[in-house]
Order: sequence, then C-alpha cells, then structure tokens
Amino acid sequence: MTDATQGAETEAEEGKTIYDELPDAPPKKKLKLSWTGKIGVALVAFWIIMVIVGPWVAPFHEADIIADDSYLGPGYVTEGEGTHWLGTDYLERDILSRILWGARMTVGISFIATLLAYAMGVTAGIAAAVKRGWYDMILSRINDAILSLPTIMLGLLIVVAFGSSIPILIGTAAVIYASSVFRIARAFGQEIMVMDYVEAAQARGETIWWIIFREVLPNAVMPLATDFGLRLVFVVLFISSLSFLGLGIQPPAADWGSMVRQNLEGLQYGSLAPVWPALAIASFTIAINLIVDDVSAKSGGDLAKKMIS
Amino acid sequence: MQRMVIQRIWIGLATLWVVSVMVFIMTAALPGDVAAIVLGQSATPESLAAYRAERGLDQPLVFQYFGWLGSLMTGDLGISKAGGATISSLIAGRLYNTMLLAAIVAVISVPVSVMLGLLAAMYPGTWIDRVLTFGTLSLISVPEFFIATFMVLILAVKLQWLPAIANISGDETYLELLRGLAMPLITLIIVVAAQMIRMTRAGILNVMNSPYIEMAILKGVRRNRIILRHAFFNTIGPIVNVIALNLAYLVSGVVIVETIFAYPGLAKLMIDGVQTRDLPLVQACAMIFCGTYVVLIILADVAAILANPRLRNPK
Repeated sequence: MTDATQGAETEAEEGKTIYDELPDAPPKKKLKLSWTGKIGVALVAFWIIMVIVGPWVAPFHEADIIADDSYLGPGYVTEGEGTHWLGTDYLERDILSRILWGARMTVGISFIATLLAYAMGVTAGIAAAVKRGWYDMILSRINDAILSLPTIMLGLLIVVAFGSSIPILIGTAAVIYASSVFRIARAFGQEIMVMDYVEAAQARGETIWWIIFREVLPNAVMPLATDFGLRLVFVVLFISSLSFLGLGIQPPAADWGSMVRQNLEGLQYGSLAPVWPALAIASFTIAINLIVDDVSAKSGGDLAKKMIS
Repeated sequence: MQRMVIQRIWIGLATLWVVSVMVFIMTAALPGDVAAIVLGQSATPESLAAYRAERGLDQPLVFQYFGWLGSLMTGDLGISKAGGATISSLIAGRLYNTMLLAAIVAVISVPVSVMLGLLAAMYPGTWIDRVLTFGTLSLISVPEFFIATFMVLILAVKLQWLPAIANISGDETYLELLRGLAMPLITLIIVVAAQMIRMTRAGILNVMNSPYIEMAILKGVRRNRIILRHAFFNTIGPIVNVIALNLAYLVSGVVIVETIFAYPGLAKLMIDGVQTRDLPLVQACAMIFCGTYVVLIILADVAAILANPRLRNPK
C-alpha cells in the first residue's frame, strides 16, 4: 500500500475534509465534564432510554386499575399482581409504571416541540438576518408581540381556543418558544454577517446558503446547543404546567404534570403520590441545567476564576 | 436618550395593541356558544337570538373588536356573560388580592435576592457561592407547582403550621390574613428569588470580566473594593432590569400558585372564566395580565437605557 492511498483511507475514516485543514479552522476542543455534569448526563440518558423502552420496563400498564386501594404507600404488595415500588395513586394505579409511561409524554412531546421550535426559529431568524428589509421587519414585530406575552397566558388562550390535543400542544409550545429562538438566531446571524470571513466568502462568490451552513452555523453550534438544552427545560415546564392546570395532556394518558395535580389531594392523607412525578420532572430539568452550566462555564468567566486563586 | 425612551414606549404601545388583537381573536375562537351556555335548557331559537342581539354577539367580529377596544379604553370592561354582574366589580376585589400578593412578594424578595446575588458574586467558587448557585439552579429548573407541593407537604401536612388552602374572605384579622397568605407567598418568593439571585450574580460577574476591572486587578486593588466600588455601580442598570423582568415573571407564577392554593385572585378568576366560557371576563383578565407584563418589560428596557452612560449621553 502506498502512502497516498493510506492517507486517503485515514481521511475517509475520520470524515475529514479540506475545510478542517484550513489554517483558521476552529480548534477541536474536548469537553470535560465536572462530576455534577456527569450526574446530569447520566440522568438525562436514563430518561431518554425510558422514553424509548418505558412501557416495556414498567411493571404495569399506565391505565391498569389493579391495586387493593388508592394512595397505598411505597412497597405495598398486591396479592397476585406484584409490588408497587412507589405506591398507588388516587385511582388505584401503580405510580412507578405511570411515571415510566409518562416519560414518553412529558419528555418525548417536549423534545419534539423544542426541535420544531428550533427548526422554525433558526430558519426564520437567519433568513431575517440575511434578507433584512420588510421580511425582517414583519417577522420581528410578530415575534415581539409573542415574546411580550406571558407564555403560560398565551398557552392557556391557545389551548382553550383550539382544544387540547397532543398536536395542538406540540404546536403551541413550538410557536411560543420559536420566538425566543428567532431572536437569538437573528442576533447571531446579524453579528456574523458582518464578520470578515463572511465578507471574504461573499467576495469568493459563495452562495448565501453555503455561507450559512459552512461559515455561520459551525460557529454557532456550541451556543445553540446549550440554548437548546435550556429551551427544552422551559418546554417541559410549560407543558407540565398546562397539564397541571388540566389543559395539557388528557387522561388516562400518564404525564408528570397532571399526575401531580390529580394526586395533590393525597398529601392530606400522608401519601407521597404527587411527590414522585414532581421529582421526575425535577430530575430531568435539573439534570439538563447541570450539563448546560458545565458547558457554558467552560466558555468565559475566566477572570472571576482567576480572582479566587 | 429621550428619543430612545420615547421610541421604546411607542413600541410598547404598539405591542399592547397587537396583544389586544391577539387576545380578542383567541377568545373569539373559544368553542361553545355563550348564549346557549347562559340560557341553558330553557333556550329557544328566539331567546338565543334576542340574547345575542342584546350583547352584540350577532355583529361581525371587527365591529365587536372595536366596540370592545373602545369601551376598554374608557375603563368600561363590560358585563360578565355568565353572571350578569359588571366585570369591573368582579375584578376589583380579585385584583386587589393579586396585587397584595405580588407587592409583598416583591418587597421581600427583591432586597434579599440582590444581597444574596451580590454575596455569591463576591465570593465566586467558595462554598457559599456553590450552595447558592446549585440551590437556585435546582429551584429555577422545577415547576412552580413542584415547590408548592413540597411546601404543602412540609408546612401543612407534616408540621401543620399553615393551612393548605389560602381562603381570604376580607374580614380576617391581620394575623389570620398573613397565615392565609403565607403558603402562596413562600412559594412565589422562592420562585422569584431564585431567578433574581442567579441573574444578579451573572450580571455582576459579567461586569467583572470587563477590561477596566482587569486593570483594577492588575494594579492591585482588593477584591471587595473592586466589587463594591468599581463593579457594583455599573451593575445597577442590569439589576434594575432583572428586577422588572422578574416582577413581570410573577404574572405567570401567579396563575399556577393561585390555582393550587385556591387563592381568590385575578388569575383564579380568569381560569374560572375560561371554564365557564365567559369571554368578556377572560378578555379583561388577559388584558390586565398582558398589559402589566408589557409595562414592566418597557420599564426594564428604559432602566437599561438610563443606566448605561453611553446611551444616556450620546455623542
């Protein structure tokens, strides 16, 4: 084997392009997480796995009314059925099973809504930055109006007006959070459009989409990724809050927000039934924030760190 | 500077107008016919038509909108479609309750969180900063009802110090009133303070990263002096901004908290109105909430302009 073919092989293996070998290509940074960040990654991974396999891992079906009584304590054994590790809810259903099924609703729906919000927000935002003029003007004003409303109020109005179904819920969350993504993407696009390297690319005669995908987006990946995490947290909170108000995901489907609301009464009988789904939400959202904090701490804030030592 | 502030206020007014259109259209799209709901079983086609004509429900939406906007401007909020009482009378007491709640939350949480945020920023990386950062991070990542649930579990069920339901009728003594308010207050204060502490800390640390602070470090000024003399005054603008933003944030926190504790405030009234399809009531409440929100956001922006010397004294 000659040197030349060997070189070609390794190139193909690592997916390298000439682009990566340019002298001004961004340095490859390895991300090292602190222990809190690692806990976050583990928790998020756990819930993502549960979104996929939850219904098969859960001991019971989400709608099974099988227990001896409602608001049973953790570890109660129903004869012939099995153990209720986290007790039972107000309708004599197994809480652990409902939380595992609910991951699909709460985390799954939020994830789809956030993806959709990103697709809409980034496309419209960068387009507004690139095209400017009337297009930018109209989009920005609509955006300002959406941003200037309390999200829960807006969600409430939309869901009440159009009824509460899963597509409506996803659409509502996506539109509301697309507006904040739009703002960031537009600001980011504007900032980058005046950079020298973009001007250089324009001078080379590159098309606008080449510039967006090869010059602008690679520089925005890290900030956008952390923002995606935060946005996902907001969407989870938003959807759970709507469910909590009884306007989100409808029964009998299990979802963490409505589980808290439905079992709230149980507190008075000393049951922890509403606490478990609340903890499930918290474990997911806190985990994401831990990762985001870790990632963003790596970029910037150095001087403050220097001052301690 | 004046031009910027005036421009910002105009944008705010325009936003309010767009908001009014959105609120009107969305509530107009609410399913269910009010006339049928109000008249119930006894409805005949004639009585339905008469009711619609009386309330202007048979007019085109555009006319309904301008009629509504016109009376809104003159302070006439209309008549509740469900009860027949004027909306102003329904709202008055509820609005007072909500304002009371929000005012107490603001008075307690603002000074406490600015102090704690400052403390965290003065000693970054120490245990005090870590506890605050991790604690507030956890609190802002959980929904309001999570905190409320735990408060009920601990304070009402386990310790039995406070009632789980905030029942305010208006003729209690101050102590009873305070006991009734305690749960929603504690929940909202925790939610808002957590957010504010983080933003204050971030604002100060952001200033700490600027070149003039680096200069001060290099010439050997002590750390506390840098923060209190050099950094703090430049963070007043951002902090006022943070405070206004968080008071605006109270608007959405109030919806959840009032529902959980059955607190007789404006948000509870609105949710009830949603359930009875009482359009004028929902419109009025939504406009009050959104209006307050927009005004607070404008205040935040104006504060940011006023606090920035470069914007205050343009060349």
